[in-house]
Amino acid sequence: MKRKRVSYARYGYFFCIPFAVAFLIFSLYPIIYTMLIGFTDLKGLGTTNIHFLSNDIFKNFKTILNNNSFQTAFGNTWKMWIINFVPQIVLALLLAAWFTDTRSKINGQGFFKVVFYLPNIITAATVAILFAAFFGHPMGPVNDIFTSLGWSEKPIYFLRSKSVAQGVIEFIQFWQWYGYTMIVLVSGILGISPEIFEAAEVDGSNRVQTFFYVTLPNLKTILLFSLVTSLIGGLQMFDIPQLFIAKQGPDNATLTTSVFIYNQAFSGSYLYNRAAAASVIMFIIICIASACLFIALRDKEEIELHKLKKKQEKAYRLSMKQAKKGGNA
Amino acid sequence: MKTKSKKRTSVGFMIVVYVVCIFLTILSLFPFTIMIVNSTRSTYQIQQHAVSLVPSTFLLKNMAILLGKSFNPFRGFMNSIIISTGATLCAVYFSTLTAYGLVVYDWRFKRSFFSFVMAIMMIPTQVTMIGFYQMVYKIHMTNNMLMLILPAIASPAMVFFMRQYMIPALSLEIVQSARIDGAKEFFIFNRIALPIMKPAIATQAIFAFVTNWNNLFVPLVLLTDNKNYTMPIMVSLLKGDIYKTEYGSIYLGLTLTVLPLIIVYLFLSKYIIAGVALGSVKG
Repeated sequence: MKRKRVSYARYGYFFCIPFAVAFLIFSLYPIIYTMLIGFTDLKGLGTTNIHFLSNDIFKNFKTILNNNSFQTAFGNTWKMWIINFVPQIVLALLLAAWFTDTRSKINGQGFFKVVFYLPNIITAATVAILFAAFFGHPMGPVNDIFTSLGWSEKPIYFLRSKSVAQGVIEFIQFWQWYGYTMIVLVSGILGISPEIFEAAEVDGSNRVQTFFYVTLPNLKTILLFSLVTSLIGGLQMFDIPQLFIAKQGPDNATLTTSVFIYNQAFSGSYLYNRAAAASVIMFIIICIASACLFIALRDKEEIELHKLKKKQEKAYRLSMKQAKKGGNA
Repeated sequence: MKTKSKKRTSVGFMIVVYVVCIFLTILSLFPFTIMIVNSTRSTYQIQQHAVSLVPSTFLLKNMAILLGKSFNPFRGFMNSIIISTGATLCAVYFSTLTAYGLVVYDWRFKRSFFSFVMAIMMIPTQVTMIGFYQMVYKIHMTNNMLMLILPAIASPAMVFFMRQYMIPALSLEIVQSARIDGAKEFFIFNRIALPIMKPAIATQAIFAFVTNWNNLFVPLVLLTDNKNYTMPIMVSLLKGDIYKTEYGSIYLGLTLTVLPLIIVYLFLSKYIIAGVALGSVKG
């Protein structure tokens, strides 16, 4: 029996080899290579020879951290993520609580879910250009609505304003993702044992109380999942800021770190070393964020089981040892 | 009396819910409605009134202007189809294979390998792009679509999902009895495990396809030859100076890139919504 198991084990390796090989070539090697480039003088189109910096090995990192554009980009990325995420999670929670309310059933839920999720599947590049057209000057749809309603006499050049430019991107992110977050939260709430809700209702708690004392505490893991995945996605924001306004608007209003990295490496200056250094900085931040998620999502039961198994093995070995000792004596 | 007041708050509650939901529905659909309607209107009409719900008759004229320049939606469509299909097939087949290796067999580094898969799940392609580009450039494979397809073989998040789905769905007794009947391991995977995994494969395939279809960053870096442009890169051309004042054509170009997605969504929305819900709930 034991022998048979050993003979099948090699298929475990076989089946996982394609994944491992593809990962080594297309992910691990590029990651290490990117990190190395961060310490070199690699720049210029078509250059592939790399030399490590001899004077100050961390020069690229220092340059990047002191670079005004990078600082702006970094600040913008966080700002735009936070301003889109807070209303997004609040609205998603509200809708999820409504859609799972046991006391009054909401008709047409299926339809609403489909419609709210729709913006998420649409190409972000298309959405960026569509919204840029909406805020066009002098005669975009938004200006048309403003003048028709008498809110403004003359057409407004919206995207010349830093806060409007950022606000529109925040809105797009919010608009594309609240439906997704809502569906995730709905399935999270449906996963909570219904008995808890029944008990709360019997105890006479109203909707608001049920939400704050029953639903929210039980959603902790799912909320963390939403937070971290949204953060990682938000830190990589590229398509929309890249295409929304040419040259990222007034004062680099919509410059994000991903766009910064792209501009450093692939548009004009070909400063691969600096782009790589910026990538490594982002990589470290994302690693910290994922580590939080990884720790939270681990199969807790399985880890316990594994620990128990190891303990048993240890006890078994110990008893064997003692038995041997006893035999010798 | 008590039930009456309860009923009344319930009615008020329902009104609030429906007002918010209908408002959000309009918010979701309005931008696309304007886009589609404006793609049938002339630039002059759009300049007079950019918002209209009444289609006009300039669709073909807009199309002629659109296709007369560098925007080639059909080529972009074909390239996107090739890349997205290839990457999706690679991702679902090899992810299921890896999950099968993790679920069915007992091997020494299985646990560490799975922890590793989970650890790398969140690594984004963007932060590794500089190294990836340099590697691809060195072996002269920029503009080769394989460089956008083959990396999908290693899709850690999908492996994680497939494993979670496979553990309850695939009973090891079936595998065992197939072995007794003399089936080879690869045969068992292809003929027994894959069909059992069909529902999971379907939902994951939809997401992989949409993600690849919408991907802008990697193709933008790797594909420099306009023969290879994918749909999102084609879209970015609409932003350039060549279409500056051709509003109708810009809206039409945007519509053409969105239409395939909307049609697919109309047919598959049920599965997509179910897939989103399923993906979030762990095992």
